[in-house]
Amino acid sequence: MPGPTDLTVLRRRATALRRHVVSIAAAQHCHLGGSLSCADLMAALFFDFLQLADTPERRRDRFLLSKGHAVHVFHACLAELGKIDAAELPESGRSGSRLGGHPTRRAPGVEFATGSLGHALSVGVGIAMAEQLDGSPSRTVVMLGDGELQEGTVWEAALCAPRFGLEHLLAIVDFNKFQSAGAVANVLPLDPLAEKWRAFRWNVREIDGHDMAAIVAALHALPAQQGPTVLIAHTVKGKGVPGIEGTARAHYTSLNEDEARRAYAALEPGA
Amino acid sequence: MSGYFSALAAVQTLAELAAEDRRLVLVAQDFGPLRGFTERFPDRHIDVGISEENLVGVAAGLAHAGKLPFVLGMAPFVSMRGFEQIRDDCAYNRNNVKFLVPFAGLEAGPWGATHHAIEDIALLRSIPGLTLLSPADPNESLKAVRAAAVTDGPVYIRLGFLAPIDGYDAAFRVGEIVTLRDGADAAILATGSCVRTALAAHDALAARGVAVRVLNVHTLKPLDRGAVERAARDTGRLVTVEEHFVDGGLGGAVAEVLAELGAGRLRRVGVRDRFCTEVAPYPELLRIHGIDAAGVEAAVMELVA
Repeated sequence: MPGPTDLTVLRRRATALRRHVVSIAAAQHCHLGGSLSCADLMAALFFDFLQLADTPERRRDRFLLSKGHAVHVFHACLAELGKIDAAELPESGRSGSRLGGHPTRRAPGVEFATGSLGHALSVGVGIAMAEQLDGSPSRTVVMLGDGELQEGTVWEAALCAPRFGLEHLLAIVDFNKFQSAGAVANVLPLDPLAEKWRAFRWNVREIDGHDMAAIVAALHALPAQQGPTVLIAHTVKGKGVPGIEGTARAHYTSLNEDEARRAYAALEPGA
Repeated sequence: MSGYFSALAAVQTLAELAAEDRRLVLVAQDFGPLRGFTERFPDRHIDVGISEENLVGVAAGLAHAGKLPFVLGMAPFVSMRGFEQIRDDCAYNRNNVKFLVPFAGLEAGPWGATHHAIEDIALLRSIPGLTLLSPADPNESLKAVRAAAVTDGPVYIRLGFLAPIDGYDAAFRVGEIVTLRDGADAAILATGSCVRTALAAHDALAARGVAVRVLNVHTLKPLDRGAVERAARDTGRLVTVEEHFVDGGLGGAVAEVLAELGAGRLRRVGVRDRFCTEVAPYPELLRIHGIDAAGVEAAVMELVA
Protein backbone atom coordinates (compact mmCIF):
# COMPACT_ATOMS: atom_id res chain seq x y z
CA MET A 1 0.00 0.00 0.00
CA PRO A 2 1.56 3.31 -1.05
CA GLY A 3 2.38 5.80 1.68
CA PRO A 4 1.62 9.56 1.69
CA THR A 5 4.77 10.29 -0.28
CA ASP A 6 3.70 7.92 -3.01
CA LEU A 7 0.27 9.50 -3.07
CA THR A 8 1.94 12.87 -3.66
CA VAL A 9 3.88 11.33 -6.53
CA LEU A 10 0.68 9.94 -8.01
CA ARG A 11 -1.07 13.30 -7.66
CA ARG A 12 1.82 14.91 -9.54
CA ARG A 13 1.42 12.29 -12.26
CA ALA A 14 -2.27 13.15 -12.54
CA THR A 15 -1.36 16.82 -12.90
CA ALA A 16 1.19 15.91 -15.56
CA LEU A 17 -1.46 13.92 -17.43
CA ARG A 18 -3.84 16.89 -17.32
CA ARG A 19 -1.15 19.24 -18.62
CA HIS A 20 -0.56 16.88 -21.54
CA VAL A 21 -4.28 16.81 -22.27
CA VAL A 22 -4.38 20.62 -22.15
CA SER A 23 -1.54 20.69 -24.69
CA ILE A 24 -3.81 18.79 -27.08
CA ALA A 25 -6.87 20.97 -26.44
CA ALA A 26 -4.72 24.08 -26.95
CA ALA A 27 -3.96 22.81 -30.46
CA GLN A 28 -7.34 21.50 -31.57
CA HIS A 29 -10.88 20.49 -30.68
CA CYS A 30 -10.83 17.25 -28.73
CA HIS A 31 -12.79 15.17 -26.23
CA LEU A 32 -11.31 17.16 -23.38
CA GLY A 33 -13.69 16.74 -20.46
CA GLY A 34 -13.81 12.96 -20.37
CA SER A 35 -10.01 12.78 -20.47
CA LEU A 36 -9.65 15.21 -17.56
CA SER A 37 -12.31 13.53 -15.44
CA CYS A 38 -10.47 10.20 -15.27
CA ALA A 39 -6.92 11.56 -15.04
CA ASP A 40 -6.56 10.70 -11.34
CA LEU A 41 -7.87 7.19 -11.95
CA MET A 42 -5.51 6.76 -14.90
CA ALA A 43 -2.53 7.97 -12.86
CA ALA A 44 -3.28 5.44 -10.13
CA LEU A 45 -3.77 2.64 -12.66
CA PHE A 46 -0.72 3.29 -14.80
CA PHE A 47 1.75 4.39 -12.14
CA ASP A 48 0.73 2.25 -9.19
CA PHE A 49 -1.68 -0.59 -9.92
CA LEU A 50 -1.07 -2.16 -13.33
CA GLN A 51 1.84 -4.40 -14.20
CA LEU A 52 2.26 -3.33 -17.80
CA ALA A 53 4.78 -5.88 -19.10
CA ASP A 54 4.87 -9.66 -19.20
CA THR A 55 7.45 -11.19 -16.87
CA PRO A 56 8.58 -14.82 -16.65
CA GLU A 57 6.54 -15.15 -13.44
CA ARG A 58 3.38 -13.39 -14.43
CA ARG A 59 1.57 -12.20 -17.53
CA ARG A 60 0.83 -8.50 -17.77
CA ASP A 61 -2.34 -6.81 -16.57
CA ARG A 62 -4.52 -5.41 -19.30
CA PHE A 63 -6.22 -2.04 -19.58
CA LEU A 64 -9.08 -1.41 -21.99
CA LEU A 65 -10.40 2.08 -22.56
CA SER A 66 -14.01 1.34 -23.35
CA LYS A 67 -14.79 5.07 -23.41
CA GLY A 68 -12.39 5.37 -26.30
CA HIS A 69 -12.89 9.10 -26.81
CA ALA A 70 -10.91 9.68 -23.58
CA VAL A 71 -7.93 8.62 -25.67
CA HIS A 72 -6.02 11.81 -24.89
CA VAL A 73 -5.40 10.96 -21.25
CA PHE A 74 -4.46 7.44 -22.38
CA HIS A 75 -1.90 8.88 -24.80
CA ALA A 76 -0.73 11.18 -21.99
CA CYS A 77 -0.02 8.06 -19.91
CA LEU A 78 1.96 6.61 -22.80
CA ALA A 79 3.97 9.84 -22.93
CA GLU A 80 4.63 9.71 -19.16
CA LEU A 81 5.68 6.08 -19.56
CA GLY A 82 8.12 7.12 -22.28
CA LYS A 83 6.43 4.99 -24.93
CA ILE A 84 5.72 8.04 -27.07
CA ASP A 85 7.12 11.57 -27.13
CA ALA A 86 5.05 14.26 -25.38
CA ALA A 87 5.65 16.45 -28.43
CA GLU A 88 3.48 14.05 -30.43
CA LEU A 89 0.40 14.84 -28.34
CA PRO A 90 -0.58 18.22 -29.85
CA GLU A 91 -0.12 16.64 -33.28
CA SER A 92 -2.82 14.02 -32.56
CA GLY A 93 -5.06 13.42 -35.55
CA ARG A 94 -2.79 15.33 -37.91
CA SER A 95 -1.41 13.79 -41.05
CA GLY A 96 1.17 11.12 -40.27
CA SER A 97 0.55 11.08 -36.51
CA ARG A 98 0.28 7.68 -34.86
CA LEU A 99 -2.17 9.15 -32.35
CA GLY A 100 -5.80 9.24 -33.44
CA GLY A 101 -9.03 10.37 -31.87
CA HIS A 102 -9.63 6.92 -30.40
CA PRO A 103 -7.14 4.31 -29.22
CA THR A 104 -5.59 2.35 -32.07
CA ARG A 105 -2.79 -0.15 -32.09
CA ARG A 106 -0.61 2.24 -34.04
CA ALA A 107 0.19 3.80 -30.67
CA PRO A 108 2.67 1.67 -28.71
CA GLY A 109 1.14 0.51 -25.45
CA VAL A 110 -2.47 0.39 -26.60
CA GLU A 111 -3.74 -3.09 -25.73
CA PHE A 112 -6.98 -2.96 -27.70
CA ALA A 113 -8.43 -0.55 -30.24
CA THR A 114 -11.77 0.89 -29.15
CA GLY A 115 -14.11 3.65 -30.23
CA SER A 116 -17.62 2.38 -30.67
CA LEU A 117 -19.05 2.44 -27.16
CA GLY A 118 -20.12 -0.61 -25.22
CA HIS A 119 -17.56 -3.06 -26.59
CA ALA A 120 -14.72 -3.40 -24.11
CA LEU A 121 -16.45 -4.89 -21.09
CA SER A 122 -17.28 -8.03 -23.09
CA VAL A 123 -13.73 -8.13 -24.38
CA GLY A 124 -12.49 -7.71 -20.83
CA VAL A 125 -14.72 -10.58 -19.70
CA GLY A 126 -13.12 -12.76 -22.39
CA ILE A 127 -9.59 -11.77 -21.38
CA ALA A 128 -10.36 -12.37 -17.71
CA MET A 129 -11.85 -15.78 -18.60
CA ALA A 130 -8.69 -16.74 -20.48
CA GLU A 131 -6.51 -15.72 -17.53
CA GLN A 132 -8.76 -17.60 -15.14
CA LEU A 133 -8.61 -20.74 -17.30
CA ASP A 134 -4.82 -20.56 -17.08
CA GLY A 135 -4.86 -19.97 -13.33
CA SER A 136 -3.21 -16.58 -13.85
CA PRO A 137 -3.62 -13.72 -11.35
CA SER A 138 -3.30 -11.09 -14.09
CA ARG A 139 -5.87 -8.36 -13.87
CA THR A 140 -8.13 -6.89 -16.52
CA VAL A 141 -9.30 -3.32 -16.07
CA VAL A 142 -12.02 -1.76 -18.22
CA MET A 143 -12.67 1.99 -18.04
CA LEU A 144 -16.27 2.83 -18.87
CA GLY A 145 -17.98 6.16 -19.36
CA ASP A 146 -21.28 6.98 -17.69
CA GLY A 147 -23.04 7.85 -20.94
CA GLU A 148 -21.66 4.62 -22.31
CA LEU A 149 -23.72 2.69 -19.78
CA GLN A 150 -26.72 3.47 -21.97
CA GLU A 151 -25.39 0.85 -24.39
CA GLY A 152 -27.17 -2.47 -23.87
CA THR A 153 -24.03 -4.46 -24.55
CA VAL A 154 -22.52 -3.19 -21.29
CA TRP A 155 -25.32 -4.93 -19.42
CA GLU A 156 -24.96 -8.14 -21.41
CA ALA A 157 -21.37 -8.24 -20.24
CA ALA A 158 -22.35 -7.18 -16.71
CA LEU A 159 -24.81 -10.08 -16.54
CA CYS A 160 -22.20 -12.48 -17.89
CA ALA A 161 -19.12 -11.71 -15.79
CA PRO A 162 -20.28 -12.83 -12.30
CA ARG A 163 -21.54 -16.11 -13.77
CA PHE A 164 -17.90 -17.02 -14.36
CA GLY A 165 -16.39 -15.65 -11.15
CA LEU A 166 -13.69 -13.40 -12.64
CA GLU A 167 -12.32 -11.94 -9.41
CA HIS A 168 -9.52 -10.30 -11.38
CA LEU A 169 -11.86 -8.27 -13.59
CA LEU A 170 -12.28 -4.64 -12.59
CA ALA A 171 -14.68 -2.22 -14.27
CA ILE A 172 -14.36 1.47 -13.50
CA VAL A 173 -17.17 3.89 -14.27
CA ASP A 174 -15.92 7.42 -14.79
CA PHE A 175 -19.17 8.94 -13.54
CA ASN A 176 -18.62 12.53 -14.65
CA LYS A 177 -22.36 13.20 -15.12
CA PHE A 178 -22.15 14.55 -18.66
CA GLN A 179 -22.50 13.10 -22.14
CA SER A 180 -22.40 14.71 -25.57
CA ALA A 181 -25.86 16.25 -25.43
CA GLY A 182 -25.62 17.45 -21.84
CA ALA A 183 -26.27 16.08 -18.37
CA VAL A 184 -26.67 12.31 -18.22
CA ALA A 185 -29.52 12.88 -15.75
CA ASN A 186 -31.40 14.80 -18.45
CA VAL A 187 -30.64 12.57 -21.41
CA LEU A 188 -31.18 9.13 -19.86
CA PRO A 189 -30.62 8.87 -16.10
CA LEU A 190 -28.59 5.98 -14.67
CA ASP A 191 -29.73 6.22 -11.06
CA PRO A 192 -29.65 4.18 -8.97
CA LEU A 193 -26.37 3.12 -10.53
CA ALA A 194 -24.72 1.25 -7.66
CA GLU A 195 -27.90 -0.73 -7.07
CA LYS A 196 -27.98 -1.76 -10.72
CA TRP A 197 -24.49 -3.25 -10.55
CA ARG A 198 -25.27 -4.88 -7.18
CA ALA A 199 -28.38 -6.44 -8.67
CA PHE A 200 -26.13 -7.87 -11.39
CA ARG A 201 -24.05 -9.45 -8.58
CA TRP A 202 -20.94 -7.29 -8.85
CA ASN A 203 -18.87 -6.09 -5.92
CA VAL A 204 -19.53 -2.37 -5.92
CA ARG A 205 -17.44 0.44 -4.45
CA GLU A 206 -18.28 4.10 -4.80
CA ILE A 207 -15.46 6.57 -4.43
CA ASP A 208 -14.53 10.16 -5.12
CA GLY A 209 -12.63 9.70 -8.37
CA HIS A 210 -10.40 12.66 -7.61
CA ASP A 211 -9.34 11.51 -4.13
CA MET A 212 -6.06 9.73 -4.79
CA ALA A 213 -5.97 8.05 -1.39
CA ALA A 214 -9.47 6.67 -1.92
CA ILE A 215 -8.64 5.48 -5.45
CA VAL A 216 -5.48 3.71 -4.36
CA ALA A 217 -7.20 2.16 -1.33
CA ALA A 218 -9.99 0.81 -3.54
CA LEU A 219 -7.50 -0.64 -6.04
CA HIS A 220 -5.44 -2.27 -3.33
CA ALA A 221 -8.53 -3.89 -1.82
CA LEU A 222 -8.71 -6.10 -4.93
CA PRO A 223 -9.39 -8.84 -5.68
CA ALA A 224 -12.68 -9.35 -3.91
CA GLN A 225 -13.49 -12.71 -2.35
CA GLN A 226 -15.87 -13.60 -5.11
CA GLY A 227 -16.79 -12.14 -8.48
CA PRO A 228 -15.82 -9.05 -10.43
CA THR A 229 -15.65 -5.55 -8.98
CA VAL A 230 -16.94 -2.25 -10.29
CA LEU A 231 -15.59 1.02 -9.03
CA ILE A 232 -18.10 3.81 -9.48
CA ALA A 233 -15.88 6.87 -9.46
CA HIS A 234 -17.72 10.13 -8.98
CA THR A 235 -15.82 12.65 -11.02
CA VAL A 236 -16.12 16.13 -12.48
CA LYS A 237 -16.08 16.52 -16.24
CA GLY A 238 -13.19 18.74 -17.30
CA LYS A 239 -11.62 18.48 -13.82
CA GLY A 240 -8.71 20.83 -13.24
CA VAL A 241 -9.32 23.31 -16.03
CA PRO A 242 -10.95 26.57 -14.89
CA GLY A 243 -13.99 27.61 -16.88
CA ILE A 244 -14.38 24.11 -18.30
CA GLU A 245 -14.80 22.08 -15.13
CA GLY A 246 -18.29 20.72 -14.63
CA THR A 247 -19.69 22.20 -17.83
CA ALA A 248 -21.39 20.59 -20.80
CA ARG A 249 -18.93 22.39 -23.07
CA ALA A 250 -16.13 20.28 -21.58
CA HIS A 251 -17.21 17.24 -23.60
CA TYR A 252 -15.70 18.32 -26.91
CA THR A 253 -13.89 21.61 -27.17
CA SER A 254 -10.60 23.38 -27.63
CA LEU A 255 -8.91 25.95 -25.41
CA ASN A 256 -7.97 29.39 -26.69
CA GLU A 257 -4.63 30.90 -25.76
CA ASP A 258 -5.95 32.62 -22.66
CA GLU A 259 -7.82 29.53 -21.45
CA ALA A 260 -4.78 27.34 -21.99
CA ARG A 261 -2.59 29.78 -20.05
CA ARG A 262 -5.02 29.76 -17.13
CA ALA A 263 -5.26 25.96 -17.31
CA TYR A 264 -1.48 25.56 -17.10
CA ALA A 265 -1.39 28.02 -14.18
CA ALA A 266 -4.05 25.99 -12.34
CA LEU A 267 -2.18 22.77 -13.04
CA GLU A 268 1.19 23.54 -11.51
CA PRO A 269 3.55 20.58 -11.94
CA GLY A 270 4.64 20.56 -8.29
CA ALA A 271 1.11 20.73 -6.92
CA MET B 1 -28.86 -32.52 -42.85
CA SER B 2 -29.78 -29.42 -40.96
CA GLY B 3 -27.00 -26.91 -40.39
CA TYR B 4 -27.62 -27.55 -36.72
CA PHE B 5 -26.60 -31.19 -37.12
CA SER B 6 -23.68 -30.16 -39.32
CA ALA B 7 -22.61 -27.95 -36.43
CA LEU B 8 -22.97 -30.80 -33.94
CA ALA B 9 -20.86 -32.99 -36.22
CA ALA B 10 -18.32 -30.19 -36.44
CA VAL B 11 -18.19 -30.10 -32.64
CA GLN B 12 -16.74 -33.62 -32.77
CA THR B 13 -13.98 -32.29 -34.99
CA LEU B 14 -13.48 -29.45 -32.53
CA ALA B 15 -13.09 -32.00 -29.73
CA GLU B 16 -10.37 -33.75 -31.74
CA LEU B 17 -8.63 -30.42 -32.30
CA ALA B 18 -9.09 -29.45 -28.64
CA ALA B 19 -7.30 -32.62 -27.56
CA GLU B 20 -4.26 -31.48 -29.56
CA ASP B 21 -4.49 -27.74 -28.95
CA ARG B 22 -4.93 -26.50 -25.40
CA ARG B 23 -5.83 -23.03 -26.65
CA LEU B 24 -9.08 -24.16 -28.24
CA VAL B 25 -12.27 -23.10 -26.44
CA LEU B 26 -15.88 -23.40 -27.55
CA VAL B 27 -17.96 -20.30 -26.88
CA ALA B 28 -21.66 -20.95 -27.37
CA GLN B 29 -24.98 -19.28 -26.79
CA ASP B 30 -27.66 -21.36 -25.10
CA PHE B 31 -26.71 -24.64 -26.76
CA GLY B 32 -26.53 -26.75 -23.60
CA PRO B 33 -24.00 -29.56 -23.22
CA LEU B 34 -22.44 -30.51 -26.55
CA ARG B 35 -21.88 -34.23 -26.63
CA GLY B 36 -18.32 -35.20 -27.44
CA PHE B 37 -16.90 -31.89 -26.25
CA THR B 38 -18.47 -30.73 -23.01
CA GLU B 39 -17.86 -33.87 -20.99
CA ARG B 40 -14.24 -34.00 -22.16
CA PHE B 41 -13.47 -30.31 -21.77
CA PRO B 42 -16.01 -28.89 -19.32
CA ASP B 43 -13.95 -25.75 -18.58
CA ARG B 44 -13.42 -25.07 -22.26
CA HIS B 45 -17.08 -25.01 -23.19
CA ILE B 46 -18.24 -21.53 -22.27
CA ASP B 47 -21.92 -20.68 -22.69
CA VAL B 48 -22.73 -16.99 -22.35
CA GLY B 49 -26.45 -17.32 -22.92
CA ILE B 50 -28.53 -15.45 -25.46
CA SER B 51 -26.41 -12.38 -26.11
CA GLU B 52 -24.72 -12.29 -29.50
CA GLU B 53 -22.85 -9.03 -29.03
CA ASN B 54 -21.42 -10.20 -25.73
CA LEU B 55 -20.75 -13.62 -27.26
CA VAL B 56 -18.52 -12.16 -29.96
CA GLY B 57 -16.87 -9.64 -27.64
CA VAL B 58 -16.03 -12.34 -25.11
CA ALA B 59 -14.60 -14.51 -27.88
CA ALA B 60 -12.45 -11.59 -29.05
CA GLY B 61 -11.13 -11.17 -25.51
CA LEU B 62 -10.36 -14.86 -25.23
CA ALA B 63 -8.47 -14.72 -28.52
CA HIS B 64 -6.66 -11.55 -27.47
CA ALA B 65 -5.38 -13.40 -24.40
CA GLY B 66 -4.09 -16.28 -26.52
CA LYS B 67 -7.00 -18.70 -26.75
CA LEU B 68 -8.42 -20.15 -29.98
CA PRO B 69 -12.17 -19.57 -29.60
CA PHE B 70 -14.75 -21.22 -31.83
CA VAL B 71 -18.07 -19.40 -31.53
CA LEU B 72 -21.20 -21.50 -31.95
CA GLY B 73 -24.29 -19.41 -32.62
CA MET B 74 -27.15 -18.93 -35.05
CA ALA B 75 -26.14 -17.37 -38.39
CA PRO B 76 -28.82 -14.65 -38.57
CA PHE B 77 -28.18 -13.36 -35.05
CA VAL B 78 -24.41 -13.74 -34.88
CA SER B 79 -23.92 -12.02 -38.24
CA MET B 80 -26.33 -9.15 -37.69
CA ARG B 81 -26.37 -8.45 -33.95
CA GLY B 82 -22.73 -9.41 -33.63
CA PHE B 83 -21.62 -7.56 -36.76
CA GLU B 84 -19.90 -4.63 -35.11
CA GLN B 85 -18.12 -6.88 -32.64
CA ILE B 86 -16.96 -9.08 -35.53
CA ARG B 87 -15.75 -5.98 -37.36
CA ASP B 88 -14.16 -4.06 -34.48
CA ASP B 89 -13.17 -6.60 -31.86
CA CYS B 90 -12.27 -9.53 -34.10
CA ALA B 91 -11.14 -8.19 -37.49
CA TYR B 92 -9.93 -4.65 -36.76
CA ASN B 93 -8.17 -5.80 -33.60
CA ARG B 94 -6.83 -8.85 -35.49
CA ASN B 95 -8.19 -11.48 -33.14
CA ASN B 96 -8.25 -15.10 -34.09
CA VAL B 97 -11.94 -15.91 -33.59
CA LYS B 98 -13.69 -18.68 -35.54
CA PHE B 99 -17.44 -18.75 -36.12
CA LEU B 100 -19.44 -21.89 -36.63
CA VAL B 101 -22.94 -20.75 -37.53
CA PRO B 102 -25.82 -23.02 -38.52
CA PHE B 103 -29.11 -21.74 -39.95
CA ALA B 104 -27.40 -19.91 -42.80
CA GLY B 105 -29.77 -19.25 -45.69
CA LEU B 106 -33.47 -20.09 -45.64
CA GLU B 107 -33.26 -23.27 -43.61
CA ALA B 108 -35.41 -21.87 -40.80
CA GLY B 109 -38.23 -21.82 -43.38
CA PRO B 110 -41.58 -21.18 -41.68
CA TRP B 111 -39.93 -19.75 -38.57
CA GLY B 112 -39.99 -16.65 -40.68
CA ALA B 113 -37.87 -13.84 -42.03
CA THR B 114 -36.36 -12.96 -38.65
CA HIS B 115 -34.66 -16.35 -38.66
CA HIS B 116 -33.44 -16.35 -42.27
CA ALA B 117 -29.76 -15.52 -42.75
CA ILE B 118 -29.66 -14.14 -46.25
CA GLU B 119 -27.56 -11.03 -45.56
CA ASP B 120 -24.53 -12.54 -43.84
CA ILE B 121 -22.40 -12.93 -46.97
CA ALA B 122 -22.97 -9.30 -47.92
CA LEU B 123 -22.19 -8.10 -44.41
CA LEU B 124 -19.12 -10.19 -43.73
CA ARG B 125 -17.69 -9.79 -47.22
CA SER B 126 -17.21 -6.12 -46.32
CA ILE B 127 -14.85 -6.84 -43.42
CA PRO B 128 -11.12 -6.67 -44.21
CA GLY B 129 -9.06 -9.63 -43.10
CA LEU B 130 -12.03 -11.92 -42.49
CA THR B 131 -12.25 -15.31 -44.17
CA LEU B 132 -15.75 -16.43 -45.16
CA LEU B 133 -16.29 -20.14 -45.75
CA SER B 134 -19.42 -21.86 -47.01
CA PRO B 135 -18.93 -25.62 -47.27
CA ALA B 136 -21.05 -27.64 -49.70
CA ASP B 137 -21.63 -30.86 -47.77
CA PRO B 138 -21.25 -32.28 -44.24
CA ASN B 139 -17.86 -33.77 -44.98
CA GLU B 140 -16.58 -30.48 -46.35
CA SER B 141 -17.87 -28.74 -43.20
CA LEU B 142 -15.45 -30.75 -41.12
CA LYS B 143 -12.61 -29.87 -43.48
CA ALA B 144 -13.60 -26.22 -43.20
CA VAL B 145 -13.38 -26.44 -39.40
CA ARG B 146 -9.88 -27.88 -39.60
CA ALA B 147 -8.87 -25.24 -42.15
CA ALA B 148 -10.31 -22.47 -39.98
CA ALA B 149 -8.25 -23.60 -36.99
CA VAL B 150 -5.03 -23.01 -38.91
CA THR B 151 -6.11 -19.89 -40.82
CA ASP B 152 -4.87 -16.63 -39.38
CA GLY B 153 -7.55 -14.13 -38.36
CA PRO B 154 -11.32 -14.37 -38.00
CA VAL B 155 -13.05 -17.11 -39.99
CA TYR B 156 -16.81 -17.41 -40.42
CA ILE B 157 -18.11 -20.84 -41.42
CA ARG B 158 -21.60 -20.57 -42.86
CA LEU B 159 -23.55 -23.79 -42.37
CA GLY B 160 -26.73 -24.31 -44.32
CA PHE B 161 -28.86 -27.41 -44.85
CA LEU B 162 -26.28 -29.77 -46.27
CA ALA B 163 -26.61 -33.25 -47.73
CA PRO B 164 -23.69 -35.43 -48.79
CA ILE B 165 -22.52 -35.03 -52.38
CA ASP B 166 -21.82 -38.49 -53.74
CA GLY B 167 -18.19 -39.11 -54.52
CA TYR B 168 -17.09 -35.63 -53.48
CA ASP B 169 -13.96 -35.56 -51.37
CA ALA B 170 -11.79 -32.84 -52.88
CA ALA B 171 -8.94 -31.31 -50.89
CA PHE B 172 -10.12 -28.17 -49.10
CA ARG B 173 -7.91 -25.19 -49.73
CA VAL B 174 -9.11 -21.84 -48.40
CA GLY B 175 -9.60 -19.40 -51.28
CA GLU B 176 -9.67 -22.00 -54.06
CA ILE B 177 -12.80 -22.74 -56.03
CA VAL B 178 -13.32 -26.46 -56.72
CA THR B 179 -14.38 -27.57 -60.21
CA LEU B 180 -16.94 -30.36 -59.85
CA ARG B 181 -17.98 -30.70 -63.50
CA ASP B 182 -16.49 -29.20 -66.62
CA GLY B 183 -18.34 -27.82 -69.60
CA ALA B 184 -17.90 -25.12 -72.22
CA ASP B 185 -21.40 -23.68 -72.67
CA ALA B 186 -21.76 -21.96 -69.30
CA ALA B 187 -20.50 -22.06 -65.74
CA ILE B 188 -22.55 -22.33 -62.57
CA LEU B 189 -20.94 -20.90 -59.47
CA ALA B 190 -22.68 -22.20 -56.37
CA THR B 191 -22.06 -22.01 -52.67
CA GLY B 192 -23.12 -24.08 -49.66
CA SER B 193 -26.31 -26.07 -50.07
CA CYS B 194 -26.72 -24.74 -53.61
CA VAL B 195 -23.81 -26.79 -54.91
CA ARG B 196 -26.07 -29.86 -54.95
CA THR B 197 -28.71 -27.78 -56.71
CA ALA B 198 -26.14 -26.81 -59.33
CA LEU B 199 -25.18 -30.45 -59.86
CA ALA B 200 -28.82 -31.39 -60.37
CA ALA B 201 -29.17 -28.57 -62.91
CA HIS B 202 -25.99 -29.75 -64.61
CA ASP B 203 -27.50 -33.19 -65.18
CA ALA B 204 -30.78 -31.78 -66.47
CA LEU B 205 -28.91 -29.47 -68.83
CA ALA B 206 -26.66 -32.29 -70.03
CA ALA B 207 -29.77 -34.20 -71.03
CA ARG B 208 -30.69 -31.18 -73.18
CA GLY B 209 -27.23 -31.12 -74.74
CA VAL B 210 -25.92 -28.16 -72.74
CA ALA B 211 -22.55 -28.70 -71.09
CA VAL B 212 -21.95 -26.59 -67.98
CA ARG B 213 -19.03 -26.22 -65.65
CA VAL B 214 -20.01 -26.49 -61.98
CA LEU B 215 -17.88 -24.61 -59.49
CA ASN B 216 -18.06 -24.97 -55.70
CA VAL B 217 -17.35 -21.58 -54.18
CA HIS B 218 -16.61 -22.81 -50.66
CA THR B 219 -14.63 -19.68 -49.92
CA LEU B 220 -16.61 -16.50 -50.49
CA LYS B 221 -13.84 -14.30 -49.12
CA PRO B 222 -11.18 -14.13 -50.33
CA LEU B 223 -12.94 -14.92 -53.60
CA ASP B 224 -10.98 -16.97 -56.11
CA ARG B 225 -10.98 -14.28 -58.80
CA GLY B 226 -8.78 -16.36 -61.08
CA ALA B 227 -11.31 -19.18 -61.29
CA VAL B 228 -14.17 -16.72 -61.87
CA GLU B 229 -12.22 -14.99 -64.64
CA ARG B 230 -11.30 -18.31 -66.26
CA ALA B 231 -14.96 -19.35 -66.21
CA ALA B 232 -15.91 -16.04 -67.80
CA ARG B 233 -13.25 -16.33 -70.50
CA ASP B 234 -13.86 -20.02 -71.21
CA THR B 235 -17.67 -19.96 -71.29
CA GLY B 236 -18.73 -16.31 -71.43
CA ARG B 237 -21.90 -17.21 -69.49
CA LEU B 238 -22.05 -17.41 -65.71
CA VAL B 239 -24.86 -18.27 -63.31
CA THR B 240 -24.53 -17.85 -59.55
CA VAL B 241 -26.66 -19.79 -57.05
CA GLU B 242 -27.00 -19.04 -53.36
CA GLU B 243 -29.38 -19.03 -50.43
CA HIS B 244 -28.83 -15.34 -49.93
CA PHE B 245 -29.77 -12.01 -51.44
CA VAL B 246 -28.22 -11.90 -54.87
CA ASP B 247 -27.27 -8.27 -54.23
CA GLY B 248 -24.17 -8.30 -52.09
CA GLY B 249 -23.96 -12.08 -52.01
CA LEU B 250 -22.10 -14.46 -54.31
CA GLY B 251 -24.02 -12.94 -57.22
CA GLY B 252 -22.82 -9.48 -56.26
CA ALA B 253 -19.25 -10.66 -55.74
CA VAL B 254 -19.11 -12.35 -59.17
CA ALA B 255 -20.73 -9.30 -60.80
CA GLU B 256 -17.95 -7.14 -59.38
CA VAL B 257 -15.29 -9.40 -60.89
CA LEU B 258 -17.01 -9.48 -64.28
CA ALA B 259 -17.51 -5.72 -64.36
CA GLU B 260 -13.80 -5.16 -63.74
CA LEU B 261 -12.87 -7.87 -66.22
CA GLY B 262 -15.22 -6.47 -68.86
CA ALA B 263 -16.23 -9.93 -70.01
CA GLY B 264 -18.96 -12.48 -69.44
CA ARG B 265 -22.74 -12.36 -69.08
CA LEU B 266 -24.35 -13.19 -65.76
CA ARG B 267 -27.61 -14.45 -64.29
CA ARG B 268 -28.02 -14.62 -60.53
CA VAL B 269 -30.19 -17.17 -58.74
CA GLY B 270 -31.02 -16.32 -55.15
CA VAL B 271 -33.33 -14.13 -53.13
CA ARG B 272 -34.35 -10.92 -54.86
CA ASP B 273 -34.83 -7.68 -52.97
CA ARG B 274 -37.65 -8.75 -50.67
CA PHE B 275 -38.21 -10.62 -47.41
CA CYS B 276 -39.22 -14.28 -47.66
CA THR B 277 -42.52 -13.86 -45.85
CA GLU B 278 -44.30 -16.90 -47.28
CA VAL B 279 -45.12 -19.48 -44.61
CA ALA B 280 -43.73 -22.65 -46.13
CA PRO B 281 -41.40 -25.54 -45.36
CA TYR B 282 -37.79 -24.96 -46.36
CA PRO B 283 -37.77 -26.85 -49.70
CA GLU B 284 -40.98 -25.12 -50.73
CA LEU B 285 -39.56 -21.73 -49.79
CA LEU B 286 -36.55 -22.40 -52.00
CA ARG B 287 -38.86 -23.32 -54.87
CA ILE B 288 -40.96 -20.16 -54.40
CA HIS B 289 -37.80 -18.09 -54.70
CA GLY B 290 -36.51 -20.05 -57.69
CA ILE B 291 -33.53 -21.45 -55.81
CA ASP B 292 -33.83 -24.96 -57.20
CA ALA B 293 -32.54 -27.00 -60.13
CA ALA B 294 -35.35 -25.74 -62.38
CA GLY B 295 -34.49 -22.14 -61.52
CA VAL B 296 -30.82 -22.68 -62.26
CA GLU B 297 -31.60 -24.54 -65.47
CA ALA B 298 -33.82 -21.69 -66.63
CA ALA B 299 -31.12 -19.13 -65.83
CA VAL B 300 -28.55 -21.07 -67.87
CA MET B 301 -30.98 -21.47 -70.79
CA GLU B 302 -31.60 -17.71 -70.81
CA LEU B 303 -27.90 -17.20 -71.47
CA VAL B 304 -27.42 -20.09 -73.86
CA ALA B 305 -30.49 -19.51 -75.96
